[in-house]
Amino acid sequence: MSQKRIREKKLKSRLLAVLLSALLLNLAACGKNETATTGDGEVVVKIGAIQPLTGPQAHLGKDNENGTRMAIDDANAKGISIGGRKVRFELLSEDDQADPKTATIVAQKMMDEKVNGIIGHLNSGTTIPASKIYSDAGIVQISPSATNPKYTEQGFKTAFRVMPNDVQQGKVLGDFAVTRLGAKKVAIIDDRTAYGQGLADQFEAAAKAAGAEIVTRQYTTDKSTDFMAILTAVKSEKADVLFFGGMDAQGGPMMKQFKTLGLNAKFLTGDGGSTPEFIKLSGGSAEGAYSSLPGLPLDKMPGGKTFADKFTAKYGQIQLYAPYCYDAVSVMIAAMQKADSIDPAKYLPVLAGITHDGVTAKVSFDAKGDIKDGAITLYQVKNGKWEVLETVGGVPAPATPAN
Amino acid sequence: MDIFLQQLINGLVLGSVYALIALGYTMVYGILELINFAHGEVVMIGAMVTLAVVNMLMASGVDIPGIMIVATGLLVAIAVCMALGFAIERIAYRPLRKAPRLAPLITAIGVSIVLQNVAMIIWGRQYISFPPILPMTRHDIGGAGITDLQIFIFVLALVLMAGLVLLVKKTRIGRAMRATAQAPEIAGLMGVNVNAVISFTFILGSALAAVAGLMVSAYYGIAHYYMGFLLGLKAFTAAVLGGIGNIAGAMLGGLLLGVIESMAAGYIGDITGGFLGSHYQDVFAFFVLIGVLVFRPSGLLGERVAERA
Repeated sequence: MSQKRIREKKLKSRLLAVLLSALLLNLAACGKNETATTGDGEVVVKIGAIQPLTGPQAHLGKDNENGTRMAIDDANAKGISIGGRKVRFELLSEDDQADPKTATIVAQKMMDEKVNGIIGHLNSGTTIPASKIYSDAGIVQISPSATNPKYTEQGFKTAFRVMPNDVQQGKVLGDFAVTRLGAKKVAIIDDRTAYGQGLADQFEAAAKAAGAEIVTRQYTTDKSTDFMAILTAVKSEKADVLFFGGMDAQGGPMMKQFKTLGLNAKFLTGDGGSTPEFIKLSGGSAEGAYSSLPGLPLDKMPGGKTFADKFTAKYGQIQLYAPYCYDAVSVMIAAMQKADSIDPAKYLPVLAGITHDGVTAKVSFDAKGDIKDGAITLYQVKNGKWEVLETVGGVPAPATPAN
Repeated sequence: MDIFLQQLINGLVLGSVYALIALGYTMVYGILELINFAHGEVVMIGAMVTLAVVNMLMASGVDIPGIMIVATGLLVAIAVCMALGFAIERIAYRPLRKAPRLAPLITAIGVSIVLQNVAMIIWGRQYISFPPILPMTRHDIGGAGITDLQIFIFVLALVLMAGLVLLVKKTRIGRAMRATAQAPEIAGLMGVNVNAVISFTFILGSALAAVAGLMVSAYYGIAHYYMGFLLGLKAFTAAVLGGIGNIAGAMLGGLLLGVIESMAAGYIGDITGGFLGSHYQDVFAFFVLIGVLVFRPSGLLGERVAERA
């Protein structure tokens, strides 16, 4: 063996040794669960954001991600110190495809990444199964937009939401349909997701209680585009109000087909349909449709105007839940600051008792993790835009749900 | 009765679109014994290109009637899809023509994924809406409603299908297609340019797919990068239902599937006493497919052919 080759070999083994020791160090670090720091001694706080970034609801997911990102950027710009050390918040964003199965896989991945808190998910159907994983790991989860009551009824200490739930929304919608729209015969369509079905159930109970008759209940899926057959079935029942529990990606096209079939009923939907996208997808047929959205209208929110201007300049039109995502992040960070810790076990009790001035509302949680005193606002499409009709609430959410 | 008629109309319109797409599957299968799983994506590209052109023309503010704008969009889409169909065959299938049957099936799925993602990059993830520029006048037939657009879709689909049958039965290229389908080697020996015939088949199927893409996006008012998947699957089902490789079978299968789906969604709740809801319409359609395949494995109009040597 030549001198040169021996030297090469030595070099190689030395390199290998360095690599191995680096790897071992790394493993040790993981084992100790030490907080990651950057070169400047800043502590990195990982915030996981999970929402659908592909599929029919990708536009809503991106909107959520942008709302979360803006809150994190704002917090970093402020230069926050926690526990005597400067912290830098880092966004880890993942796609759950609005699919419950994918949601649990991604949730597990977030736990492996050792995030300090979760903002998500967007849908009730994904939020509920994932919440068990976060609860088991003791990681705080704040959903900006999951409204199915079950989410906070599982008894998980880690589950919070910054949007009023469907018990309240369904009741407001049901009362509105009967007392304001004069509904006697009501038809209901839902998309069989935890959100759509849940809201439709609450609506049905409220509409019945207010004296309307449910003439038919039809179903679709959250990926369908053809509603002609079920709308024809609705038409045969001569309903005077049609309620749809589902998202805008179905609601918009449904509205168009509703007009194609010449239905005379009034069209009413929940927060999932209360978007500019709904109007766009209806191809000019949305005029006169009604919707509800938990929370105050944006221009009535405490920081709504400022938020809207800033967000629009940065990311374009707000779709739906971006302000709620912003609040979810800022209330989480506020709790970390108040607890002076980024450890979920330490800041969780603080979060549960916090009062925080958000852009959407004064955020504080009840014993279950639901937002206190949520308001519901009703909208109608006038001249191609959602216009505010009225706001119902902030009254405290009822203690027990109807189902 | 008027409700039944309405469901029938819904079903026939939907079914005529399925039939157009199913023809693309069945022609390619007839000649190559290949399931071109990228075909649904060609439909999607057709819809997307039409919409892109329509939206561009609308934005430029040119003063021509809505129908002309859509027609221009369609012509561009047909051209793009023809080129795409030609390219898919050249890139993904021709090099594998002598490979085991599974290989081109895998590349077909690969092409489908590539096209989906390219469309996602170009047109984004959100739904694109079809501007309301087509007449939507409703006509009343025995209590059921039918719009201009629905009539147009149904009639155009029938005309195209009739044209295709004539092309295959009466023209030189049609004869070459039939010969290639029966025995490619012998057809080649008889002076048929087999490669040209195969390319032509893909181009023809893709042109029909472009038209179907326009129909779907105009009918539902929306298009998005993921729409080709389920459409392709349904059309494939229609082709198998009618007997894959059989042109008349694809048409029958398409119309039948549309009507079955529509009826299932309309009546399944009543029939099962609310046990199964209308969201089971797809399940019902595939259930019918399974039933047909159990009793007639070659499809409704398919002939039982001996396995090729």
